[in-house]
Amino acid sequence: MYETAHACDVLVIGGGPAGLAAASHAARCGRRVIIVDDNPRWGGQIWRRGSGEDESPQATSLFDEVRRAGVKFIGGAHVFNQLQDGSLLAEAADGVHRFSYEKLILATGARERFLPFPGWTLPNVMGAGGLQALVKSGLSIRRRRVVVAGSGPLLLAVAAHLRKRGAEVLLIAEQAPRARVLRFGLRLIEWPEKLLHLMRLQRYLFNVPYLTGCWPVMAHGRRKLERVTLKRGARLWEVACDYLACGFHLVPNAELAQLLGCETVDGAVWVDELQRTSRPEIYCAGEATGVGGVELALIEGQIAGCAAAGREDEARRLFAARQRARRFASALNAAFDLREELRELATEETIVCRCEDVRLGQLREFDSWRAAKLQTRCGMGPCQGRVCGAALEFLFGWRVTSIRPPLFPVQLRNLAYDPSSEAERVERG
Amino acid sequence: MSDEVTLFIDGVPVTVSASSTVCAALLEARAIALRRSVTGEPRGPLCGMGVCFECRVTIDGQPHRRSCQILCREGMDVRTDV
Ligand SMILES: Cc1cc2nc3c(=O)[nH]c(=O)nc-3n(C[C@H](O)[C@H](O)[C@H](O)COP(=O)(O)OP(=O)(O)OC[C@H]3O[C@@H](n4cnc5c(N)ncnc54)[C@H](O)[C@@H]3O)c2cc1C
Ligand code: FES
Repeated sequence: MYETAHACDVLVIGGGPAGLAAASHAARCGRRVIIVDDNPRWGGQIWRRGSGEDESPQATSLFDEVRRAGVKFIGGAHVFNQLQDGSLLAEAADGVHRFSYEKLILATGARERFLPFPGWTLPNVMGAGGLQALVKSGLSIRRRRVVVAGSGPLLLAVAAHLRKRGAEVLLIAEQAPRARVLRFGLRLIEWPEKLLHLMRLQRYLFNVPYLTGCWPVMAHGRRKLERVTLKRGARLWEVACDYLACGFHLVPNAELAQLLGCETVDGAVWVDELQRTSRPEIYCAGEATGVGGVELALIEGQIAGCAAAGREDEARRLFAARQRARRFASALNAAFDLREELRELATEETIVCRCEDVRLGQLREFDSWRAAKLQTRCGMGPCQGRVCGAALEFLFGWRVTSIRPPLFPVQLRNLAYDPSSEAERVERG
Repeated sequence: MSDEVTLFIDGVPVTVSASSTVCAALLEARAIALRRSVTGEPRGPLCGMGVCFECRVTIDGQPHRRSCQILCREGMDVRTDV
């Protein structure tokens, strides 16, 4: 075990589309760039690479660009704290890594929103992107019966992917009402590349019912999932399945930005036109600034990369493209807004905080997350409220007010990291 | 990508692709629940992306490792908590 120190001009946290685009642009402008990612490999959520996965041409060419630009990638390391301004700490299997930087680009992406309903803690009830991620990383899904549910276009991408891998996708349950989804579908003509993508997915979704205004109300099973009850209008029915892949659209990963003192608006990191946060040396790009899909993440990354390298002129040339992608993002988020009825899914007995097994009924008497936390330990477990936080925001309107280090649980000896006593091995970015 | 590795899940040898994560290997080996919650419920992975900590196991003696974020390595010793 040793501590490793790295120095660079531009440090990028997150190796998804936004982080990769930012890194390649900054490096092409002559900056020394390092990307740090919690995942062992780069690619982020959409281009997660694994066994036998074919890469999209868009991904392959960006990976090549990043390699050619001489960007250094450190995978399997999660950033958990800052040491001081201009220096971040990450934990990896081999100990603590310290990164000093001139400019920082946060490209921490988004995660799925999970809503509690009876039975959602049963094994084999997973996120939609969650099950997809597991399949991409080696889980075989052939001939398994899967119900895909929740909200957002991710459900279609997941269903298509699972089917390609041989799953029996029984149905897709989308909570958004039919009229809203249709209106969104019609508007896709404004973004032909999205329409094309949808048509490509539909090839794999032939014969799979896409039920709008439909959602799961209960998962059943003894030791693992066996059946799910779905609701659509007044109709309730049960479907036997092996997996329920269920996520209610996405929420930005804003915790690192918040820890560093960057302002957020509605849970997303606030940025100016150059993707600069409220702290001028820190930029943010991709879904941490708001959920908007891969094109927006790429453009924001390019802008942040140019701007952090001091090439404002180049960054400005991308503003029009970003505007177009942002229009798509607002149409998307309006279409898949969560309906009121979902607030009634959890009963008093339903676990809301999976880390500490806190039930909905235990939370009713409190008027803020802070109060509930102190009395019930809700949100105090290892995920630090990343799962129940988004649910409680939807259920009760509670917002996380303060983010304290460490961002992730780390081993004690790493928490007590003291740079003056380290046996330091300096690597230059 | 056809390289394979053998790891030990609760002492039982399991051979998987080297590009597999430990979590996928655990599910492939039919370990449906990976841990017990604080009140004793069986739990399996939820997010698949390192956020929820439901997939945590002991790897080579280190407790609380998120199995969905870690690739399998030859000879790895993985212990579930069920
Ligand atoms: C589970 C999931 C699956 C998805 N699948 C699809 C899909 O199939 N098709 C599609 O079109 N869109 C998909 N999306 C939407 C997708 O997120 C966006 O289109 C796009 O990938 C966003 O890019 P990004 O660079 O902003 O973030 P991401 O791709 O999410 O990349 C962020 C990266 O930052 C890393 N990170 C975050 N915090 C830290 C930290 N503290 N320390 C170190 N690293 C950190 C993460 O590990 C991650 O790799 C998915 C989203 C999710 C959440
Ligand atoms: S499944 Fe959520 S952290 Fe691994």
